[in-house]
Amino acid sequence: MKPQTIVLHINDEDQNVTVRAADTLLFTLRGKLGLTGAKPGCLNGDCGACTVNIDGWPMKSCLMLAVEAVGKKVTTIEGLKESPIQRAFVENFAFQCGYCTPGFIMNCHSLIEQHPHADDKTIKEWLESNICRCTGYTEIERTIKSVMKEK
Amino acid sequence: MLPFDFDYYKPASLQEALDLYQYLNQQGKKPMFISGGTELITLGRINLIYTEAVIDLKEIAESQVMQFSGEHLVLGSSVTLTKLDEGNLFPLLSKTAREIADHTARIKITLGGNICAQIFYREAVLPFLLSDSQVVTVRPEGTKVVPINEIFQEQLRLSPGEFLVQIVTEKRFTEAPFFTFKRRQQWDTGYPLITIAALKIDNEIRVALSGLCPFPFRSQQVEAALNNKGMSEAERVEHALASLPRPILEDVEGSANYRLFVLRNLLLDVLESLDKA
Repeated sequence: MKPQTIVLHINDEDQNVTVRAADTLLFTLRGKLGLTGAKPGCLNGDCGACTVNIDGWPMKSCLMLAVEAVGKKVTTIEGLKESPIQRAFVENFAFQCGYCTPGFIMNCHSLIEQHPHADDKTIKEWLESNICRCTGYTEIERTIKSVMKEK
Repeated sequence: MLPFDFDYYKPASLQEALDLYQYLNQQGKKPMFISGGTELITLGRINLIYTEAVIDLKEIAESQVMQFSGEHLVLGSSVTLTKLDEGNLFPLLSKTAREIADHTARIKITLGGNICAQIFYREAVLPFLLSDSQVVTVRPEGTKVVPINEIFQEQLRLSPGEFLVQIVTEKRFTEAPFFTFKRRQQWDTGYPLITIAALKIDNEIRVALSGLCPFPFRSQQVEAALNNKGMSEAERVEHALASLPRPILEDVEGSANYRLFVLRNLLLDVLESLDKA
C-alpha cells in the first residue's frame, strides 16, 4: 500500500503526517515528527520507555500503529509543560541515566490524572509497566507520592 | 515498525467487516482481523505473522458491549482488559485478566484479541471455559451462538472470515466462589509459568489451566478426580495429575517436571480455598 497522509492530534495541535499503515506510533513520533522524547527500548511492549498518553491513558507507542491514533488526543513528554510530576522527578532525583524517565513520567502523569488518591497497590500495578535499568524505583515511588500528597 | 506493508481498514459495522474480509480474501490479501492489535506488532516485527490487509474490529459497537442483560453477562470482544478490570462485572475474569502482560499493555489488549491470540497463554479464556459461556461469532452465513466448550478446542475454532463478537455468561457463574493464581518463575513480573483458574458451582470444583500445555484447557477428568470426596486431598491431586492432557510444556520458563511440581501445589491451594466454600 502507498503511504497515506493522516492527521494526528498531538500535544494540542493537528499534525499532517505521511505514514505507512505498518508504521508504529513510536516510529512516526520520532522519525516523522521529531518528537524524540518517547524512547525506543524493547520495541515489544515490555519496557515502557516509549510510553505516551492517549485520551488520558498511558500507551506504549511501540504497540500502537500511527493509523490507530487518528481521532485520538495524543500527548507526549514534549506536551507536558512544567507539570508537577516533572518538577518532582528533579526534586527527588528520580533518575540516573534518564533513558526510562519520559516513559515513567507519562505513566505517572496518567495515574495522577486517573487516580489522584491511588493506594500503594494501584501505584505498583501501574508502574510495573515500566522498567528502570538503574533501579531508581524507590525514588520514583517517592516522587509520585509527593505529587499525590500535594494534590 | 513492521517489515511488511498492509492496507488498514476500520469497519464501523459487522456487515462491513464481513464484506471487507470476503473482498480482500478474493484479492489474495490474506486479511487478518485485529482488535487491540498488539500481537500484529509483536509477532509481525519478527516475521511470525504476515498479512497484506488488516481489518480492525475495535470500533464496532457490538464488540464494545459490557453489561448484564437480565440473567446474563454480555462482554464484547473489543473490551480492553483494563475496562474489564475497572468494570469488575465478573470478578474471576477481572482477577485472571489483571495478570496478563502489564497495566499499560492491558489498556490496549482486548478480550477477543487475547482469546484468539497465537501466544499460547490466552488466560482470558479460562473463566469462560469454567462457566460454560456461549460464544457469539459472525460469518457470511449469519450470527452463530455456540458453547465455548465446543468451539474452544486448544484454540477458538473459527472458519475463515468468521470472527468473535461477544461472550455471554450466566450471572450465577459471575457470583460463584473462585480461586485464580498466576505462578511465575521469577518474582511478580516475570513471564508466566502456570495460571490456574477455579470456581465452585453446584457443589463441584471446576479447574482450567494455562501455561501447562501449549494451549489453555479445562479437563473433565481432572475435575472428576478433584471432586472425588472419597479420597484424601493429596490422593485427589495425584489422580488429577495423572489425568492431564499432553504434552506438558518444557521450555526456558520451566521444565515439565517443575511445572508438575508447581501444579501439584496449586491444586492443593484450590482444594484448600474452595473445598469448604
